[in-house]
Amino acid sequence: MKNRHLLKESIEALLEKYPFLGAFFEDNKLEVEGSGHLTFPEFLQGFDREAVEENAMDLESLEEGLVTYVEQMLSFLGLDREEGVWELTILAGRDKSGNPEGFDEITIRRSDIVSIVGPTGSGKSRLLADIEWTADGDTPTGRRILINGETPDKKWRFSSGNRLVAQLSQNMNFVMDLTVREFLELHARSRMVEDEEAIIGKIIREANHLAGERFDPDTPVTSLSGGQSRALMIADTAILSTSPIVLIDEIENAGIDRKKALALLVGEEKIVLMATHDPSLALMADQRIVIRNGGIHKVLPTGDAEREILAELAEMDSYIADMRTRLRQGEKLSKA
Amino acid sequence: MQLVTVSGPPSSGKTSVILKSIQALQSRKLKVGVVKFDCLYTDDDILYEKAGIPVKKGLSGSLCPDHYFVSNIEEVVQWGRKMELDVLVTESAGLCNRCSPYIKEVKAVCVIDNLSGINTPKKIGPMLKSADIVVITKGDIVSQAEREVFASKVHSVNPRSITMHINGLTGQGAYELSTLLHDGKENLDTVKGKQLRYPMPSALCSYCLGETRIGDDYQMGNVRKMEMGDGHEK
Ligand SMILES: Nc1ncnc2c1ncn2[C@@H]1O[C@H](COP(=O)(O)OP(=O)(O)OP(=O)(O)O)[C@@H](O)[C@H]1O
Ligand SMILES: Nc1nc2c(ncn2[C@@H]2O[C@H](COP(=O)(O)OP(=O)(O)O)[C@@H](O)[C@H]2O)c(=O)[nH]1
Ligand SMILES: [Mg+2]
Ligand SMILES: [Mg+2]
Repeated sequence: MKNRHLLKESIEALLEKYPFLGAFFEDNKLEVEGSGHLTFPEFLQGFDREAVEENAMDLESLEEGLVTYVEQMLSFLGLDREEGVWELTILAGRDKSGNPEGFDEITIRRSDIVSIVGPTGSGKSRLLADIEWTADGDTPTGRRILINGETPDKKWRFSSGNRLVAQLSQNMNFVMDLTVREFLELHARSRMVEDEEAIIGKIIREANHLAGERFDPDTPVTSLSGGQSRALMIADTAILSTSPIVLIDEIENAGIDRKKALALLVGEEKIVLMATHDPSLALMADQRIVIRNGGIHKVLPTGDAEREILAELAEMDSYIADMRTRLRQGEKLSKA
Repeated sequence: MQLVTVSGPPSSGKTSVILKSIQALQSRKLKVGVVKFDCLYTDDDILYEKAGIPVKKGLSGSLCPDHYFVSNIEEVVQWGRKMELDVLVTESAGLCNRCSPYIKEVKAVCVIDNLSGINTPKKIGPMLKSADIVVITKGDIVSQAEREVFASKVHSVNPRSITMHINGLTGQGAYELSTLLHDGKENLDTVKGKQLRYPMPSALCSYCLGETRIGDDYQMGNVRKMEMGDGHEK
C-alpha cells in the first residue's frame, strides 16, 4: 500500500479530492458528517469497543480498505480515459480431444461483430468464457487472449465488475424495485459518469428506438415487457457500460429490432461477439467462428451471397412477425 | 493439504459453486473433500456424495453454527489429512449475517447472489467484509447493469477482495475460481494456534443456555432491550 499518506489527510480534504469516497463511507455505514476535520483513523478511534462490536466493525481493515478503494478507483478512472482497448486477439489452443485448433490467430477490432456458431455443447460459451477471463493457457482449451497484441494485465480478471467485458444476459429480467430513471441513475453513479442527465436521456431514447412499444422514465423496471427490458439493457450496455468488449450468449429476439441493437453497440465502438443458433444473427456478423468439438474449426467471412440470404431471412422474420400481430388481434389468417 | 472456508447466506449458491469448482480441481488430478456445517438440516452431503466427493457433515443443533465450526475445525482438518486430500473445503451457511468462520491465513471465500438485493452487501458483516474472494452468483438472471451495481457495492465494503462472477448452474467462472483455490503453495497440517479473523459476539444470556420461559424474571446475563418509545411519538 503505497498510498498510506491518505490516512494522514482530513476526511474533508479526501472527499474534496476523491468525491467517490462518499459511496465508500455510505456503503460502510460511516456517518462522517461533522467529522470532516478528522483524519480517517482519528474518526475510527471515535468508536468505542461496544460500538465496534455492535456494528461488527473491523477498524484495521477499514483503514486499509479506504486506501485500496482510492487506488482502485483512480486506476479505473484512468482506464476509462485512455480508451485503452482497440483490438482483441485469440491465439489457438486445442479441442476437446487435444488436437490443435484449425487456425493460428484471430484478431477482432472495435466495431467488429463476430458470431460464434456450432452444435450444442461444442464450446461456444467456453470461448466467451476464455475471453472474459483473458485466458493465458490456463483454461481447458489452452487458448490465449491478447489485448492490443499483448498479454493483458491480470487485473482485468479481478477488477470489480470486470471492466473489460460486459455480458448481455440470456435471461433478461430486472429484479430491482426501481423506476427506469432511478435504475439508470444508480448505474450511472456506479460508473461515475459526469453528465448523468444527458446520458440517461440518451439511453431511454435509444431503448425506445429498439423496442416496439414506448415506455417512459417513471415506469418501474419490473413492469417493462420482455422486449422493453431487452431494449433497455442493450441501450444501457452500449452507452453506459465502459467495457470495450460485449459478449452475447444466445440473445432472445422477441420484441426488439436486432439489427438496430447491433448497430447501436457497434456505433459505440464496442467489440461484439455473440454465440447464436439463429441464422439471421449469425449472418449479421462480419465474420463467424465455427466451433466443433471444443475447438475453433474455421473462421468464415460473411459472403455476398450470404448477405442476400440474410435479406430473405429478414423477409421471413417479418412475415412471421406479421402473422403474430394478426393472430394477437384476433384475425383469422389466410394465405396471401 | 490446502484448506478453504466457504461461507455465505442460505441458498446463495455455495454448494453449486463448490461442486463446479471441485470438478475443475479433479480434472487437474487433485483430491478434494468437503465438510458441510449447518444448523438443523442439510441435504448437501448427499449432493457431494453423489458427485463422488468424500464428505462429512456437522449439524450444530442448539448451538450457534459458527461457534460449533470453531470448536470442530481442528478435527475436520485431521480428517482431511487422513483422507489424503489436496484440498479440503468447508461449507457453512451464514445464518445471522454477523459472524464468519474465517481463520487468519486460511483462504476465505464468501458466496452471495445478485438476487439478494443491492443493500445486502451493506447488511452482511465480517462474513463478506473480511473474505479474500467474493463470488457473486446468479448473474444469469439479472442485467449487466444490475451485476455492475451489485459488484460496485461489494467493492466498496470489501475493496481488498477478489470479486468473481460465477454461474452456479453452468459453472462459468468455476474453472477460473479453482485456479485460485489451489496454488500448491500452502500446506497445512493443523489449525491449532491459528486465530479467527473476527471475534464472535460476546452474547451470553439465559436463552443461550436453554431457557424457554418469557419475562424479565428469566432474563439473565447479557440482556439488552429495544427502545420502544412511549407510544406517543409520531
Ligand atoms: N477445448 C476444450 N477442451 C476441453 N473442454 C472443453 C473445450 N471446449 C469446451 N469444453 C467444455 O465443453 C462443455 C460444453 O461447452 P459449452 O457450454 O461452451 O457449449 P455451447 O456450445 O455453449 O453449447 P450450447 O449451444 O448448448 O449453449 C463445457 O463444459 C466446456 O468447458
Ligand atoms: N439461475 C441461477 N441459479 C443458481 C445459480 N447458482 C445457484 N443457483 C440455484 O440456487 C439454488 C441454491 O443453490 P445452492 O448451491 O444449494 O445454495 P447454498 O444454500 O448456498 O449451498 C439452487 O436451486 C441452485 O440451482 C446461478 O448462478 N444461477
Ligand atoms: Mg452455450
Ligand atoms: Mg449448500
